[in-house]
Amino acid sequence: MAALRKTFRINKKDFIHAGEASISVKNLLKSLHVDTKLIRCVSVCGYEGEMNVVMHGGEGILSVEIDREKVILEISDDGPGIENIDLAMQEGFSTATEEQREMGFGAGMGLPNMKRNSDHMTVESEKEKGTQIRMSFSMADEKGE
Amino acid sequence: MKLSEIIDVLDASIWVGEDQLDKEFSIAGAADLMSDILAKLAEGCIFMTGLVTVQSIRTAAVSGVGAVVFVRDKKPPPEIIEMAREEEIPLLSTPCSMFVSCGRLHASGLTGLDGSR
Ligand SMILES: Nc1ncnc2c1ncn2[C@@H]1O[C@H](COP(=O)(O)OP(=O)(O)O)[C@@H](O)[C@H]1O
Ligand SMILES: [Mg+2]
Repeated sequence: MAALRKTFRINKKDFIHAGEASISVKNLLKSLHVDTKLIRCVSVCGYEGEMNVVMHGGEGILSVEIDREKVILEISDDGPGIENIDLAMQEGFSTATEEQREMGFGAGMGLPNMKRNSDHMTVESEKEKGTQIRMSFSMADEKGE
Repeated sequence: MKLSEIIDVLDASIWVGEDQLDKEFSIAGAADLMSDILAKLAEGCIFMTGLVTVQSIRTAAVSGVGAVVFVRDKKPPPEIIEMAREEEIPLLSTPCSMFVSCGRLHASGLTGLDGSR
């Protein structure tokens, strides 16, 4: 199967629609009969990433690439960037506002959760330029059990 | 425990899931913080929350949650009901508080997300 690639926009500060891309990715993977556990990992990572773009980032893009061996998720935005990536990766670190916390987010668990749920993750960020996150998920891992 | 029994135990109203009354549940989680569900193995659980937002439903959808229960008699607006219906996630409201909802389900034999009692 040739790689299938889809791209979705994530609109800046759009809390109401945030997560739609990940739901679409979930339903796409479901229609391709991908393993349920893998679907959960990919869609949870996508969702955490999308929420981060809306809460902390700028205008964003989520893209997914699916082939026989793996799923690749890329989430990028042109926001303020992550000042200290090592710190941001720590459980509990968050710069979320009081308002975002009241909406159920900002526990500082997003990036660590993305790392845990993907097989490989890279975070690149530059101040005032934005943030790019790339995660890969192996299909074989799940099926080999 | 079947969805129909959960409705009885919680004196709940059902917004979505009339076609899934026989769906079985054995684990439950309660959270107003979405990461408490997203960072756990919540597949197939009952997710009780006081937060009536579209993000509660999306969190449930990406985590594979089995049913969502809004506590303290919170009634979901139409767009939330519609989203749960699209995702085929049963949606309930209970007049019980979070504490009492958890207590009733625990007493009925449900465990936490990690299987503990
Ligand atoms: N796309 C992004 N742009 C700018 N900062 C980000 C982005 N994603 C994450 N961050 C920073 O990393 C921190 C930790 O992120 P995360 O672990 O998802 O926790 P939370 O979103 O709950 O704050 C955020 O509080 C924020 O400071
Ligand atoms: Mg986050």
